[in-house]
Amino acid sequence: MEKSITEKIIQSHCDKKELRRGELIKAKVDFAFANDITGPLAISVFNEIGSKEVFDRNKITLIADHFTPNKDIKSAEQTKILKEFSIAQNLNYYYELGQVGIEHALLPEKGLVLPGQLIIGADSHTPTSGALGALAIGVGSTDLGVTMATGEVWLKVPESMKFIYGGKLNRWVGGKDLILYTISKIGVDGANYRVMEFAGEVIKNLSMDNRFTMCNMAIEAGAKSGIIEADEITEKYLHEKTEKKYTILKSDPDAEYEKVIEIDVTDIEPQVAFPHLPENSKGISEVKDILIDQSVIGSCTNGRIEDLRIAAEILKNNKVNKRVRLIIIPATQQIYLEALEEGLLKIFIESGAVVSPPTCGPCLGGHMGVLAKGERAVSTTNRNFVGRMGHPESEIYLAGPAIAAASAITGKISSPEEVI
Amino acid sequence: MRIIGKVWKFGNHIDTDIIIPARYLNTSDPNELALHCMEDYVRDFVKKISPGDIIIAGDNFGCGSSREHAPIAIKEAGISCVIASSFARIFFRNAINIGLPIFESSEASLGVLQGDELEVFPEEGIIKNITQNRVFKTNPMPVFIQSIIASGGLVEYTKKEIERR
Repeated sequence: MEKSITEKIIQSHCDKKELRRGELIKAKVDFAFANDITGPLAISVFNEIGSKEVFDRNKITLIADHFTPNKDIKSAEQTKILKEFSIAQNLNYYYELGQVGIEHALLPEKGLVLPGQLIIGADSHTPTSGALGALAIGVGSTDLGVTMATGEVWLKVPESMKFIYGGKLNRWVGGKDLILYTISKIGVDGANYRVMEFAGEVIKNLSMDNRFTMCNMAIEAGAKSGIIEADEITEKYLHEKTEKKYTILKSDPDAEYEKVIEIDVTDIEPQVAFPHLPENSKGISEVKDILIDQSVIGSCTNGRIEDLRIAAEILKNNKVNKRVRLIIIPATQQIYLEALEEGLLKIFIESGAVVSPPTCGPCLGGHMGVLAKGERAVSTTNRNFVGRMGHPESEIYLAGPAIAAASAITGKISSPEEVI
Repeated sequence: MRIIGKVWKFGNHIDTDIIIPARYLNTSDPNELALHCMEDYVRDFVKKISPGDIIIAGDNFGCGSSREHAPIAIKEAGISCVIASSFARIFFRNAINIGLPIFESSEASLGVLQGDELEVFPEEGIIKNITQNRVFKTNPMPVFIQSIIASGGLVEYTKKEIERR
């Protein structure tokens, strides 16, 4: 039978000869991780099972990125649990503040996740690494605690949906706009339990940073994961990061999909998702006079170097509006350093933005940019749920870095064309 | 086994930020998490509910983050089970793994009102609406998942698996 890339990856990680869709199986995991919110619970589970040693000290990392730099005593206690466990278990990969970054940006950057792998993360945005042609699935803490002990995870063999993007991308339209547009077409549970496979000419020409953004938000359509076949662009990206060997798997031409959706990108404008669901997306030309108090450029979705370059292009020789707080968060220290070397940080600071150390921070209303009652933000993050960035009566509009930067200048949600 | 409780009705796409806002995730203490369950959606939810009450929701319950703190907060607050038309997949796993009973039934989701009294028979997959004198069937759970539930969650299940090896 012809198989999709997802089925091939699962097949290569379990001892079954033939897989049926919908079947529950146990699979071997290549890499597992958790963060400062999900990690402490996973460690409790690991201890409760009675395990003494993790299944492989080279295949697990615990990344303190959500409330770091520790925002209060309780969060400091949480990261301390991760640190002590990492040291006690002699985990090969442990990143203290100064090395650490947002998990889904850090793992690919460090060459820890590779094509063909099965990756389990106790964080819903784990599918980000699917951009490398891996199957990366988000789970909870109990699952992760069990995986740390056994090296295995229980999975349902999923159906896949294929999204084929064709046509020519408009200026200022990137991965964020494509995924917001896609979610607006299928809804926030349009891919529940299934894998979203992104393909087509547009994807073949898309940079890694934009591919990461698309796979990152597969969860916002309810998907088990997002995945893009590895190609020359992937190999070039990996060549600079790791010498490890990996296997590139591709979907068979006649693989079966639950649905195949073709999307012509030619008419897609930069997108804005209105409160309070990521599916409420509109083209920027339909957005009128929405004043903002804050703009956030960062997160596991859009905190990579290309995102920062776009922001800098728009902010150069411009000033942030007096009534707006612009918060820019490079996702990792490496991205921070590149932004420094390329002169982007100077542009940001001269424009009136504040540059934060790498953290998830404001995306989940944690710290470093929480909203007050009635305040409104445009943000390159991934969720605009009620209260996500602070007060339950605040509002979040999701967009890509171009709109977030332009809006910071005008003080209302704006197209980059208005300021450039 | 049977579950009896009063219904708290919720809509579609109840996300994990509603169930337990991220501002409380600097702890994983179940008692503390339970205090804030659903507080941005129903004011004083935890004070208003009685032990054994049941949450009924529409599509995609538990969408959003992977935080297991969400089912933990619900369970610890004293909610006996959640019935929804559908669940987001990570919430579904987490609930099974920690032993919070969940049932999928669009019929029940539509055919139950706020405050109705329900009687649920998990093994049989039957939900009785005592107030309205109606009966609904739930979608049966796969055998493998039933065995996790029967063990009392994934931790106990895994312990047994390890012993067997």
